[in-house]
Amino acid sequence: MSVAPVEVEQPEQDEELRTEKPWVTIVWNDPVNLMSYVAFVFQQHFGYPKEKATELMMDVHQKGRAVVSNGTREEMERDVEAMHSYGLWATMQHDE
Amino acid sequence: MVAQFRRARKGGVSVTFGQAETRILRHILGEMLELFGPEETTSDDPLAAALGIGTSTAPPTDPALARLFPDGYTDDPEASADFRRYTETGLRDAKRAAARTALETIGEPGERQVLGLEQAQAWLQALNDTRLVLGQRLAVTEDFEELIASLQEEDPRLGMLWVYDRLTYLQETLVHALW
Repeated sequence: MSVAPVEVEQPEQDEELRTEKPWVTIVWNDPVNLMSYVAFVFQQHFGYPKEKATELMMDVHQKGRAVVSNGTREEMERDVEAMHSYGLWATMQHDE
Repeated sequence: MVAQFRRARKGGVSVTFGQAETRILRHILGEMLELFGPEETTSDDPLAAALGIGTSTAPPTDPALARLFPDGYTDDPEASADFRRYTETGLRDAKRAAARTALETIGEPGERQVLGLEQAQAWLQALNDTRLVLGQRLAVTEDFEELIASLQEEDPRLGMLWVYDRLTYLQETLVHALW
């Protein structure tokens, strides 16, 4: 008997959600933060699966920035504060 | 032997620092505490003080501190100033506490330290903050090898860059021990 790996499918958060959640948190690339650490932080703070956390980290690394979460202004302020506590360079803005 | 963090069998992580590492880590984490400065009386208003609401609304003038406490809004200085008032004191306290925890758990040279998850998390933060500060001071670029290769042999940054590189390695082993 084998145990199937538990894969939790995260629902894609796209267009329709975005209108209700008009603020985004952006993490910017910097030359110091380690790739492994950034992915680890995304998993630890946001609870993203390792794959998604790694993908977001690669976006930051290659494109210079990535939207890592969206929500209300208060929620994004909490996320930005958390990113700063981890030493990641993050800002929030209204999603246009 | 180069120290590295390892996953401990009974949970948490373990590390053994050698003589040089112990001394350098004590020195550099002590410097971090000085950089963060003393716990400030946040405000004359005791309620604001209790809530961790500070008085600073402008980014720190020291570029390394400005990197640790960046603006919170992409393009809104006014909202960033407000955000800073509500967050910077708490963030500074947390970073100070992390550096202090790391400092207190370095141990004696050659003595194996077993750290709980909270202590390990503090180390992760302290190492990262230290690297951010050093990185800013030493103008570290994304390609570290290229940077080292580009420096003259007498460049005074080389020694500290070696320390920076060791901290990078330590942090990398800690991420892997925790993940």
